[in-house]
Amino acid sequence: MSAIAVPQPLQDAASGRTRRIGLIVLRAALLGLLAFIIFGPLLNLLLWAFAERWYFPNKLPSQYGFTFWARVFDPRGNAMASLLTSVGIAITTVIVCLAFAVPAGLALGRLQLRWRAAIMLAFLLPNAFPNLPVYVNIARVFYELRLAGTVAGVVLVHAAHGLVLAVWITAAAFASVDKSLEEAARNLGASAWRCFLTITLPLAAPGIIAGAIFVFLESLDEFTGTYFVGVPDVITLPLLMFNASMGGNYQIASITALLLLVPSIGFMLLVERFLKPNVMAMVGR
Amino acid sequence: MTAGRKSSSPNSSWAGFALVAPALLVIVIFFVGPMLLSIASAFQDKSGTWTLANFDKSLELYLGDLGYTAIITIAATLAIGVVSVAIGGYLTLGRNPRAQTVLRWLYRWPLFIPFIVAGQVMRTFLAKNGLLNQLLIGSGILEPLTAQSYLDWRGIVLAFVWKQTPFVALMVAGAMASIEPAHIEAARNLGAGRMRILGEIILPQIRRTLMVGLVLSYVTILSVLSVPLMINPNSPTMMTVDVAYRINAHGDYGVANALCLVSLALASLGAWFYLRQGVARKGVE
Repeated sequence: MSAIAVPQPLQDAASGRTRRIGLIVLRAALLGLLAFIIFGPLLNLLLWAFAERWYFPNKLPSQYGFTFWARVFDPRGNAMASLLTSVGIAITTVIVCLAFAVPAGLALGRLQLRWRAAIMLAFLLPNAFPNLPVYVNIARVFYELRLAGTVAGVVLVHAAHGLVLAVWITAAAFASVDKSLEEAARNLGASAWRCFLTITLPLAAPGIIAGAIFVFLESLDEFTGTYFVGVPDVITLPLLMFNASMGGNYQIASITALLLLVPSIGFMLLVERFLKPNVMAMVGR
Repeated sequence: MTAGRKSSSPNSSWAGFALVAPALLVIVIFFVGPMLLSIASAFQDKSGTWTLANFDKSLELYLGDLGYTAIITIAATLAIGVVSVAIGGYLTLGRNPRAQTVLRWLYRWPLFIPFIVAGQVMRTFLAKNGLLNQLLIGSGILEPLTAQSYLDWRGIVLAFVWKQTPFVALMVAGAMASIEPAHIEAARNLGAGRMRILGEIILPQIRRTLMVGLVLSYVTILSVLSVPLMINPNSPTMMTVDVAYRINAHGDYGVANALCLVSLALASLGAWFYLRQGVARKGVE
């Protein structure tokens, strides 16, 4: 007990203030910890990407430089060949995928199909099961068909996988198109085909583009299917990264990982522009 | 005007099916077919005779890994659930708008990062000289001499939680944001604390969304090969790695497919849990 009695309300205010400061410190510490857990691994990757030499007892790389960057970006090097393979496969995959997904999305989003719910579910199923057995056995069949180890085989696997998402997104995109605009066009004498090309398709385009970007990224980042179907000749960027990392070459692996990160993070920042809320609201309807 | 769009018109119905059929065929050929092949192959020996030997051998060799897989998957799924609810809860009930803004910006980063990159990132972060150890040593929690690498089951769990939490948190936060604010306001006026509001008002209303997110994550963790392959490829490890090993080292499709079937059973457990929740909920309504 102190000699000078502090009036009760003042004491309360003081303890309230320490509590508030304590809360602020706790909040800042928790946010800081979360930031470290989220960005720490990425920062560590960045350090490895620029490390020339980094052995165990050293806390940080003993030497920084661009030697490994020069090796990765060497036009005749493995990495550039893998980048080309990856981008080529991803673009082909998008084209194949959209060729199947746009008609299906149109039917599921626009027409009143019988068994529509069951069909939508069928396009969801591949995501509800582990896909490892699928890849393992496709690889086995492709081996018999001489599709294993070919770019065509890898594109088929990527496209089948991307189709699941593409159908759902394009169906939502078509469903979000205002029907009265189409009816107006038809009333003014436009043919069904012309109405589709000049009204429906342009209005659904942002959603379809979002679907295409998803498929592109999925193909670019895909590992397991390529690991089984692509061996030994098709080495995409993820496989190159995996081989480098397993071989202990963390610099090459980290630079390759950064190359794969750029489109993913760029898309995260862009996705809201293409995937508008009115389309999102239609996903799964 | 829209006569051609009505389902009663046989023409439009057939047109709709014609549009959907190619995409459905892709799903049948590339998912249903390989899945059936996997199941058949699990029950056949190399000469094609029906047998249960593959399962005997699987359990004899990989029973430990089955437990290891189950524990990792369940631990990671639970952790994802807890962290997602904490993030969503703070975004809904937090009192500091600036901290909320920071958190909203912070938590999504790993969302679009590919699994294979997450694997590489964690390989550097959790290594003996990784940044995690440096934080622990720097803050005095760990002696430099006792520093060890975390690239075992802990690394796999952390990698999956890191990569998968943003997805579930995004769903959960969205669901929490759409709760009627009057419910929360009423509880607050009656003097309920924030933890109580979260547990008794918010959680029951978003339970379905949380379950969908967690079941999807659970199945994903069971089927992703790259993360365990990169973080901990040696025994004991996850069953996906065992499947890849059986095929790459032994060409043993029988045991590989038996292992796939066992992890499919594990995955179905998650689906069953989810469906039971749905049924229970319908029963209440």
